[in-house]
Amino acid sequence: MTSPAVELTELVKRYGPRTAVDGLTLAAARGAVTAILGPNGAGKTSTIEICEGFRRADGGSVRVLGLDPVRDARDLRPRVGVMLQAGGVPPAMRAGEWLRLVARFHAHPLDPAALLERLGLTEHARTPYRRLSGGQQQRLSLAAAVIGRPELVFLDEPTAGLDPQARHACWALVEDLRAAGVSVVLTTHHMDEAERLSDHVVIIDRGRVVAEGTPAELTGAERQLRFRARPGLCLEELLSALPAGSAAKESPSGHYIIEGQVDPELLATVTAWCAAEGVTTEDLSIERRTLEDVFLELTGRELR
Amino acid sequence: MSALDFAPRPGAAPFASMVAAQAGAEVRAMLRNGEQLLLTMIIPVLLLVGFSKAPIVDLGPGERVDFVAPGVLALAVMSTAFTGQAIATGFERRYGVLKRLGATPLTRPGLLLAKTLAVIAVEVVQTAVICGVALGLGWRPQGSAAAVLALVLAGTAAFSGLGLLMAGTLRAEATLAAANLVYLVLLGVGGVVFPLDKLPAAARPVLELLPITALTDGVRDVLRDGAALPLAPLAILLVWAAASLALAARTFRWE
Repeated sequence: MTSPAVELTELVKRYGPRTAVDGLTLAAARGAVTAILGPNGAGKTSTIEICEGFRRADGGSVRVLGLDPVRDARDLRPRVGVMLQAGGVPPAMRAGEWLRLVARFHAHPLDPAALLERLGLTEHARTPYRRLSGGQQQRLSLAAAVIGRPELVFLDEPTAGLDPQARHACWALVEDLRAAGVSVVLTTHHMDEAERLSDHVVIIDRGRVVAEGTPAELTGAERQLRFRARPGLCLEELLSALPAGSAAKESPSGHYIIEGQVDPELLATVTAWCAAEGVTTEDLSIERRTLEDVFLELTGRELR
Repeated sequence: MSALDFAPRPGAAPFASMVAAQAGAEVRAMLRNGEQLLLTMIIPVLLLVGFSKAPIVDLGPGERVDFVAPGVLALAVMSTAFTGQAIATGFERRYGVLKRLGATPLTRPGLLLAKTLAVIAVEVVQTAVICGVALGLGWRPQGSAAAVLALVLAGTAAFSGLGLLMAGTLRAEATLAAANLVYLVLLGVGGVVFPLDKLPAAARPVLELLPITALTDGVRDVLRDGAALPLAPLAILLVWAAASLALAARTFRWE
């Protein structure tokens, strides 16, 4: 049996007195897309940079394609593609020049011109990196991560700051990588990205795994009834009309969520109660829980 | 558009072609950068012409260009191996370029070898330009080219070590300022175009230990006076090279 693409066991990373990664254990399967999802400062970049061999762990074990990212760096470099969160390209270097340079480090690279075309950068091939827009810079970094036909790709916030077109182009590329059998590990704090792209989502917070599973497992089968109405409805009164085990909350103000056995009967009870109260409901809908709901539940709502 | 096949097919290119690719990129970057060209080409050529033609300072007996050309060749080595390399590498560190290249199959030894080859390639261009201008000014070089080559290689190693020491420890802006300042000061006190005997006698024993002075003196001993390989300057340069490269290797921070 082959080893997983990435296997972290009880990983610890400290910066002085601050513990950035605190006993993190996860496995990323080969040929799958694994998203590491977490709020800012959760330890995503520290974790991925340990996998990339840029940083050493202070504790625990790290296996990338079954190898040690620091000791076996020479073996791993050609097999692993890396996209840093930002920068990494000389500002005066032209986009095409950079991609051709990185291609020349590999034995069987993709055609740089075709890859530029694919990512919509052909007309910027002669533009120096510093004059590319943020989104163009990100796409160039993504291209450089995959040009060597790696087995495994690490993408650190690949769509941060991208416009919608560029995000979709990036997602399509990740889907093609997976279809071709490439393992992808990416970090993100965009729930929709994790939900849409990944086979496996690992939610981390304060350097630890707080939940993991497929997007469907994490969001559960549970459905919600959502509607908008005037703020300040008396939810206790509403709940008393609903079957036991139901839950209701107003979040944010004027937005109501009812959880429980969401069926036509419940829908009828809620609308009847609202009618009796003289409340007009808007945007009434039945939805699956989103990954964002799970994420906020697990990591809290306070800003940090 | 040709089809893109993302199916994994990893592999590093042969070491020599990776190094050649990186060295080529480094040379293009150096020759494209205006400030670098000012330091490595324009200032040396202006000094060569100015000090050879205008009797600004008494340069001793003999043709003026025979004194100035060897000093300017030494300055050219310092400008590329030290000033240019320190500033470029400092900013590469700051922009994460060194980090990113470290994640490619090139490896760090490959990167350092590529930088060294690029410095030597630019020195070859500088030497061609400076010698061409000097010969046009009536320069008649003496001595052995092999002796000059040995001095220039030792000087390149010493200045590269100092440049990388600075680039690997200071902030990019501090490196920029310090590397330019050191260039100016060493240009002034290293016997490049101002003869050392015009400076206070008490300072001379110290100044003679500087790498720029050793390189200038050594190259001038050969090219003006036809000396065989000048051992004292060569030894000074090798000590600087060993010390600075060892220290740089211990202290260099890649990000």
